[in-house]
Amino acid sequence: MPPLSAVRCEGVTSMAQKSISIRIEGALVPTREGKTILEAARDAGRNIPTLCHLDGLHDVGACRLCIVEVGGSGRLAPACTTPVQEGLSVVINSPKLSAYRRMIIEMLLAERNHICAVCVSNGHCELQALAASLGVTSVRFPYRYPRMPVDLSQERYVLDHNRCILCSRCVRVCAEVEGVHVWDIMGRGIHSRLVSELDQPWSEAGSCTRCGKCVQACPTGAMAEKGRAVEEMVKRTDAVALAAARKGAEL
Amino acid sequence: MSKVKLATIWLDGCAGCHMSLLDLDEGILTVAQHADLVYGPLVDAQEFPEGVDVTLVEGAVSSQEDAARLRTVRARTRVLVALGDCSITGNVPSMRNTVPVQQILKRVYIEGADSSPVIPSVGVPPLLPQARPLHEFVKVDLHLPGCPPNPKAIFTVVGELLQGRLTKPAEVKFG
Repeated sequence: MPPLSAVRCEGVTSMAQKSISIRIEGALVPTREGKTILEAARDAGRNIPTLCHLDGLHDVGACRLCIVEVGGSGRLAPACTTPVQEGLSVVINSPKLSAYRRMIIEMLLAERNHICAVCVSNGHCELQALAASLGVTSVRFPYRYPRMPVDLSQERYVLDHNRCILCSRCVRVCAEVEGVHVWDIMGRGIHSRLVSELDQPWSEAGSCTRCGKCVQACPTGAMAEKGRAVEEMVKRTDAVALAAARKGAEL
Repeated sequence: MSKVKLATIWLDGCAGCHMSLLDLDEGILTVAQHADLVYGPLVDAQEFPEGVDVTLVEGAVSSQEDAARLRTVRARTRVLVALGDCSITGNVPSMRNTVPVQQILKRVYIEGADSSPVIPSVGVPPLLPQARPLHEFVKVDLHLPGCPPNPKAIFTVVGELLQGRLTKPAEVKFG
């Protein structure tokens, strides 16, 4: 986790950055030094699919969905953490990229228990929507069906590890916007798991302010408000991005 | 032109996919014009016939009987379509997958029984350790997700199949 000072505050820094151009799918796109490929592409109105990115939070390249081909060699790099350079050539959509993106979604779906039909976020889930838009209609990898805990200790919110994709948006929004850092990812590889403070029940995390930004930043049904039934949990990612922008302006 | 031989089969699911199939409204008349429904919960046939052109399979594979029926379907069908999330992901039936079978049966038939607590063993197929998707048992030619799949998506896919075309559905979501 980089220090808070590393948090991007676009409005202040980008003014001083040098104007440069990159090529996206061959077309010249004006941008500025210090921006990422993802920012340059989105500024130019081009869409790159993302999952762990949330406007206003610093990017970590956790999900790899935003991979693009850079340079002539077609080397793969995550667009959210790769800075632009003068003359850089980028391909953001190709059969190869689509194949890898579908594979990533399939691995996320196979890793834990994403049962959309009974999920609070059914119909409002970023993972589900990406699967649909990328044309994932089945998963080629064997489903693991792991036994995962659900933390119901907090009075207002639920944490369901079955639906967590370890994107770390909750970790970052808590640390960078709320300024607390209740959440972290414990363990490595397949054993990685979201923990509050030193791996204790959410209700015992003394530093938690109960602000709920983590819940609103979560792209799936892993974090939800209590009392929501299937399809009822609509996340306010826009509000989180707004709060992050305000925080960025203060810094 | 002879009609397409269409079959449906219901494994471990809730019949919701079959309900969605019936929900084609007047589209069902178009399907009936081009296809003969030769087997499934909606017709009387007792045995799965040979030489079926298209079979829509609803549900996950949860028992030895499910697996055997699915293998028969595969052997006698040209195009096998996995219809709905249970057949593709395991979906709701797979929610038992983290609990050992004996433990579930005991909870339901012994601890949960008001009278004559006994785990049934006669006339019911033994459960597999987990409910799993079709493609782990047989080759699946097309996946149509949804819980249930949207009737329009079913109509598009089935309509194309009746014209002899295998067309992957666009923008269909799980759940």
